[in-house]
Amino acid sequence: MPRITYAEAARQAILEEIRSDPRVFVMGEDVQRYPYEDVVEELGRERIRSTPISEAGFFGAGIGAALTGMRPVIEGAFSTFLYSAMDQIANQAAKSRYMFGGQASVPLVMRATVSYGIATAAHHSDRPWAIFAQIPGLKIIIPSTPFDAKGLLKSAIRDRNPVLCFDDWSLLGTAGEVPEGDYTVPLGVAEVKRSGTDLTIVALAAAVHRSLEAAEMLAKEGISADVVDLRTVVPMDRQTVIASVAKTGRLLVVDPAPGTCSVASEVAATVAQSAFEFLKGPIVRLTAPDVPVPFSPDLERLMYPTAEGIAAAARTLCRSHKIKTAMPLL
Amino acid sequence: MTGKVGSAQPLDEVQLREMLRRMLRIRHFEECAALQRSNLVGPLHNCIGQEGEIVGACMALRNDDYMTGNHRSHGHPIGKGVQLAPLMAELFGKRTGVCRGKGGSMHLADFSAGSLGESGIVGSLMPVAVGAGLSARLRRTDQVCLCFFGDGAANCGPFHEALNLAAIWKLPVIFLCENNAYALFTAQDETTPIVDIAQRAVAYNIPGVTVDGQDAWQVHDCVATAVARARAGEGPTLVEAKTYRYCEHQEFGNAFKAPTYRSEAEIAQWRARDPIDIFAARLRRDGKLTEADFERLQSEVRTEVSAALQFALESPPPQPEALYEDVFA
Repeated sequence: MPRITYAEAARQAILEEIRSDPRVFVMGEDVQRYPYEDVVEELGRERIRSTPISEAGFFGAGIGAALTGMRPVIEGAFSTFLYSAMDQIANQAAKSRYMFGGQASVPLVMRATVSYGIATAAHHSDRPWAIFAQIPGLKIIIPSTPFDAKGLLKSAIRDRNPVLCFDDWSLLGTAGEVPEGDYTVPLGVAEVKRSGTDLTIVALAAAVHRSLEAAEMLAKEGISADVVDLRTVVPMDRQTVIASVAKTGRLLVVDPAPGTCSVASEVAATVAQSAFEFLKGPIVRLTAPDVPVPFSPDLERLMYPTAEGIAAAARTLCRSHKIKTAMPLL
Repeated sequence: MTGKVGSAQPLDEVQLREMLRRMLRIRHFEECAALQRSNLVGPLHNCIGQEGEIVGACMALRNDDYMTGNHRSHGHPIGKGVQLAPLMAELFGKRTGVCRGKGGSMHLADFSAGSLGESGIVGSLMPVAVGAGLSARLRRTDQVCLCFFGDGAANCGPFHEALNLAAIWKLPVIFLCENNAYALFTAQDETTPIVDIAQRAVAYNIPGVTVDGQDAWQVHDCVATAVARARAGEGPTLVEAKTYRYCEHQEFGNAFKAPTYRSEAEIAQWRARDPIDIFAARLRRDGKLTEADFERLQSEVRTEVSAALQFALESPPPQPEALYEDVFA
């Protein structure tokens, strides 16, 4: 099986769908220059459509095209640019089907890069998946591998609903095995990346890989971790999380977004409500602090969960089953 | 002002009668809804006084053409030819409503008639209208999209983004500014540095035309020209129809008294140029409508509106499970 990067796998998904379905086209700033320059001649400027810097305009245009039979893919650049299109995403894309009594469907994919950890400072570094998870009507995917990027994006493009895809910048250049040709990864299905018995680590985006590294360290110390990659935030695969906690009795959630009202909080609440009887200790969230992203790398690197930090939290959690209030407030 | 009026095909007698019928439908539908105010929940933004520009524009479209609107929403789908009963039932939040009771007065839509929705957010659907035009282009159809918006929306960011995109891509969109002189309770001269919104077309290198919105004939002629241009692949047009709403920004019922912001004399002046009177008078003058014809038409429309009200009142509310339906396709 060929090894390609996440970025290439995602591109492959979109191009394969454009070639096989005349309703699919891609639109965004500079897309004819990057990353689709080499296919402009083959697929044409209409379907590889560069836009002005006009987020409300081209997100709205994507919605209008989706309402009338097309399946647009929007390359939305940085996740913080989504806020410029917020009215279109929150009021039109998400609500049209419900508000119009099921007449409408909005088969639209909106990609946004989350570029934290590379000194892009506060205006280019948000991890805003939880903000959008509060808007009923949007699906949200966060692939963590090249395989998932291609498979989830294909499912997203074929879905009849608006889907936001958050691409973790640090993963774009990572390589992995990706089948040539068609396959899909279903939306709403988490993946158990590693099987263990002592605790469950639920993670998303690049934090999945930090969690796997932590699990490797913990294994050497005799702590065996189940690592669950959420993959889709909406709809959330709560069953897989609950099943894992039922087995391990401990939950650590790792999310590089700010902790308050986060996806990590939602996972924690799910387990507290539906799997309480299995818990041997407190649920722990490991997230970014509630601060805007600072420019200085010396400050920014303090923000996100690291493999060492995850391993440390896991150790404390595994020792804490006799201490009812061992974990400090987030 | 650029662009021209008057090159469109003339309307035949059947179309002219249909125009009058649709204007009367809007008027009677909204008068009926206003009388039902105490039985209705939620806001009600009536467009009485604006029927000429709405129907004049809509009658320049085919059924398979698209249309988007705004919070002042009842007139647009009626103008596009949507049946009254499901619209009335929607105002009452009934199961039989055009949006199954999920949208209400500000969010009417009938996709079967190309009505892609009205919006409670000013300016919000302008980029969506551009997308409908883009879709028509990509699917190689000659459909167009008529985008209704108000003078208030002309000061919103999406106005600029939508017109710019439609212009650079030469999309089949007709931007129809229903300039009713007030954004909520604030007069245009306090919010806008120009008198004619159509002037802004210059910034997008597209035709911009200001017409008398009380003259449905003139609006139709102008929009039909813009539609022909759009179908021919020549791009969007900005049409501004000067009009007026007789009612308040919304029918508040007893809960809220509208502030004083316009004079009785001003309202009377506009009422003297009522779009239905102007249109009917012209048909009479041209020998295309007798007094008896007009009365028959009025009575047919009244019957239709009464039946719609009856249907709405007798319809059952939505089932509780509908709360959870249609979040996702």
